[in-house]
Amino acid sequence: MDKGMEEAGNQMSPAVQQSKTAYDIIRERFGDAISEFDANPTMPFFEVLDIARWVDIAFYMRDNSLLRFNAMACLSGVDYPAEEKLGIVCNFESIGHKTHKIAVKVKCRRDGGSIPSVSCVWHTANWHEREAYDMYGMVFEGHPDLRRILCPEDWTGFPLRKDYQVQETYHGIKVPY
Amino acid sequence: MGLLDARVSNRNVLVTSVDNVMNWARLSSLWPMGFGLACCAIEMMATNASNYDLERFGIFPRSSPRQSDLMIVAGTVTMKMAERVVTLYEQMPEPRYVLSMGSCSNCGGPYWKHGYHVLKGVDRIIPVDVFVPGCPPRPEALIGGLLKIQELIRMEGLGISRQDALKKLADKSVDPQQAIDQVRKVAVTA
Repeated sequence: MDKGMEEAGNQMSPAVQQSKTAYDIIRERFGDAISEFDANPTMPFFEVLDIARWVDIAFYMRDNSLLRFNAMACLSGVDYPAEEKLGIVCNFESIGHKTHKIAVKVKCRRDGGSIPSVSCVWHTANWHEREAYDMYGMVFEGHPDLRRILCPEDWTGFPLRKDYQVQETYHGIKVPY
Repeated sequence: MGLLDARVSNRNVLVTSVDNVMNWARLSSLWPMGFGLACCAIEMMATNASNYDLERFGIFPRSSPRQSDLMIVAGTVTMKMAERVVTLYEQMPEPRYVLSMGSCSNCGGPYWKHGYHVLKGVDRIIPVDVFVPGCPPRPEALIGGLLKIQELIRMEGLGISRQDALKKLADKSVDPQQAIDQVRKVAVTA
């Protein structure tokens, strides 16, 4: 670690430092498959760059004895129209074992992109991924039951995309005001 | 006012029309369907509970649409729920009444623009007799709406359509501003 980074490290709050330690363990194993650590004081995170390895990373994060991220606290969807991408942000905690937290971002192409499903790693992800699919339309590969969860099954479009236009009618009922 | 306020002769005979008796019976036992859709349902439940005690009007929630003659649409009607609301409405026996409670079911409420999933007014799918504004309306407001339903029933009779009854009710209504001014004047002079 060079001097500049060490100084930056010293400025980190204890919580962020814990996240950094956890990140270093993952980085050591997966190298360039994940991005640099972002010491965001609210929620420190890293991005998965090689999304084909996302499930391996997930298993490692859950099962490694130093990490033990046994709880997926949240999985949110994000639309990045400028980058032509859709993404998810997952928040992880280690309940009953560690006090560290970390967030992971995974992105895919905006039209027809897909992200590997981690519902086999954390069962919480099952419904969360369905919700992200329902609202943003990214496909979760390997998901056991990828259906819409909130909108009606025959709804058109994905409501939380930035360029979403609501449909005129639904089953003969006018939708816009 | 009510049937029981009419003068009863000393032979315990009461002369009135069948319409009157029927209407009195129906408006004195309005049975709403016990279903709520959002936060308005909490106010509806509060109105049903002992503080506001709807039972004194003979209003008692039923768990089946087959047994109810009033539907209180209490809350946000989503597009997904809209078709279920129509089904429930169709299951109610006639004559049936609909009270739309709160801004959401009146017109979409806070979801009027960006709420892609919300029906912008329950009157788009079923005929509504009385709208109660508010977000959510206080129990007093809901009781006001229920009294309006009772008045509407009082306007009905053989050969009078629901449209005519609603028109009669509208003609009978007073301008709220006048009433407010009158109360204010009394308050100032007192």
